[in-house]
Amino acid sequence: MSDASTSAKGDLKLTNVTKSFGEFTAVDNLSLVIPEGSFFALLGPSGCGKTTTLRMIAGLETPTTGTIFVGDTEITDMRPYKRPVNTVFQNYALFPHLSIFENVAFGLRRRGVKDKDVTEQVEKVLNLVELPHLAQRKPTQLSGGQQQRIAVARAIVNRPALLLLDEPLGALDLKLRRQMQIELKWIQTEVGLTFVHVTHDQEEAMTMADTIAVMNEGRIEQMGSPADLYDNPKTAFVANFLGQSNLIQGKIVDSDGDSHVVDLYGQKVSVLKRRTVAKDSSVLFGIRPEKLRIQPDSHDKPGNVLIGGKISDVSYIGVSTQYQVEMPWGQEIMVFEQNDDGIPPLDKGDEVRLSWEPIFSFALNGHEDAQAGVDVEPEAE
Amino acid sequence: MKSLSRWFGRNLIRIYMVLGFTYLFIPILYTIIFSFNDYIKSNLVWRGFTWHNWQTPCGVPNICSDLGNSLKIGLLATFVATILGTMIAFALGRYAFKGRPFVNTLIFLPMASPELVLGASLLTIFINLGFNLGFWTIVIAHVMFCISFVVVTVKARIASLDPRLEQAAMDLYANERETFRRITFPLVAPGIAGAALLAFSLSFDDFIITNFNSGTVETFPLFVYHNAERGLPAQANVIGSSMFLIALIIVLAGQIVSRKRKIA
Repeated sequence: MSDASTSAKGDLKLTNVTKSFGEFTAVDNLSLVIPEGSFFALLGPSGCGKTTTLRMIAGLETPTTGTIFVGDTEITDMRPYKRPVNTVFQNYALFPHLSIFENVAFGLRRRGVKDKDVTEQVEKVLNLVELPHLAQRKPTQLSGGQQQRIAVARAIVNRPALLLLDEPLGALDLKLRRQMQIELKWIQTEVGLTFVHVTHDQEEAMTMADTIAVMNEGRIEQMGSPADLYDNPKTAFVANFLGQSNLIQGKIVDSDGDSHVVDLYGQKVSVLKRRTVAKDSSVLFGIRPEKLRIQPDSHDKPGNVLIGGKISDVSYIGVSTQYQVEMPWGQEIMVFEQNDDGIPPLDKGDEVRLSWEPIFSFALNGHEDAQAGVDVEPEAE
Repeated sequence: MKSLSRWFGRNLIRIYMVLGFTYLFIPILYTIIFSFNDYIKSNLVWRGFTWHNWQTPCGVPNICSDLGNSLKIGLLATFVATILGTMIAFALGRYAFKGRPFVNTLIFLPMASPELVLGASLLTIFINLGFNLGFWTIVIAHVMFCISFVVVTVKARIASLDPRLEQAAMDLYANERETFRRITFPLVAPGIAGAALLAFSLSFDDFIITNFNSGTVETFPLFVYHNAERGLPAQANVIGSSMFLIALIIVLAGQIVSRKRKIA
């Protein structure tokens, strides 16, 4: 059974991949290189094409156009069982009539591995996921977290070039999910395989992945490390989907040195040129809520300042306080302030000014929808 | 008075259950009891207990050869109907093709049609085609009406099967044939077994359609019918009771096996 294709190694390369279902284009001319050994996340809302992309890599869908390579081996039209790829399915898809041992051994047996080696490898991987004592149980006798780990074990025991994870933690409760995030990351480092992880949970993607590709409407909006995506979003969708952003409509009115001067409804602020993505003078000026400082209107602070705000809502949540501040032009601005200075939080109705270090702000193409990626519907499942 | 009505209210479901089961089981109990009747000619009046009927189940002319016919026809019809019906069920359950809803409806028609009409139509067809009525025409007729029941039973099982299990098998290097053999078939098998049991009992039991198409061959239901006019021998009760006991053992064994599987 084992032939050259199932042992192919190397980077995963998708080139101009498009997948259409009738009129609907699920994946639109996507090109992507996933380096060997990395933990890569495809992040996006429901229906953005991330699962379809994963299924094309697994061989469960065939691209309408485009090619997929692992190293030098083309796998575009290869049957799923010929690919050097294994998948951890959403809801795990463990075989209910087989024992845990036989579930994990399934791939090895199909490839004709000798009984003795099967036993040895299955035991090793069950030790890795810390469930060797459950080998003779049936899947239904395991908890969700245990099933999840067996699903991972069943895939990695085959040492594929690529491990695909389709919303692997979606069915677990929050606490278990956190724990599994750390464990999966550890397993990936331990076995050194390439992991491609599909998720709609930005926190999950940021915790685990080295590189994240944010997908929206069948295309990649932006790709980069978690910190890079968070600090330097290139589109309004990314700015809103990864964490939260205040995006304010503005106009570049002047430039000096490495900064642009931006007019926000009559008030002047600045933004670094290298953090500006604009087609013309119209921009969406962006600043993260935790980068803002909030003071009573009488105070004076250096840096960029917006005056004339009025607190419309205060939520005290222990570690921080979240403010909604209504600006003179009617927009609500979010501010997260750490409760680390012993000063009691400000009250609703207080007049305030907002300030920040200019290096924290960014500017996006002003013709974009400032609401893109806000409140995208949660995953169907 | 008040406490009585409260007792009644609390035990209503239990009383209902006892009455319901009594209604269901009295005829079966009657059949079993009268298989021990020391009858003469007609087995309608209780005349005393005897083991004689159980010791000589074939002691009445034709009864065991007719039973043999019924078993042979039942097994053959079940075998063919289960294979054909399972294949149809997979086609209907797995593949979206043009006209599938229409075919789904067609499958229900034989179940909905009156047996008398089906029996009479089959007779017309067999005569027009010049078939000799007998063993094989009965088998063909039984396969025909069993298929629908098999399709419906197996399809329900396939519908409850998560397609991701097959995808997972393919993902784990099993080709289409291996996936079917190791995953699909074992998971659908209980449904197929249930369908086969249903088909067998339908075939074994059938009188109306068989009566039209049997020619000179007699099955067990025909034997019972023909003899009921003259007085049914208690050996018929013996065979009826045995069938009931065998069915009971199969069901119990099935439950024990599936419970053991869950524990193991």
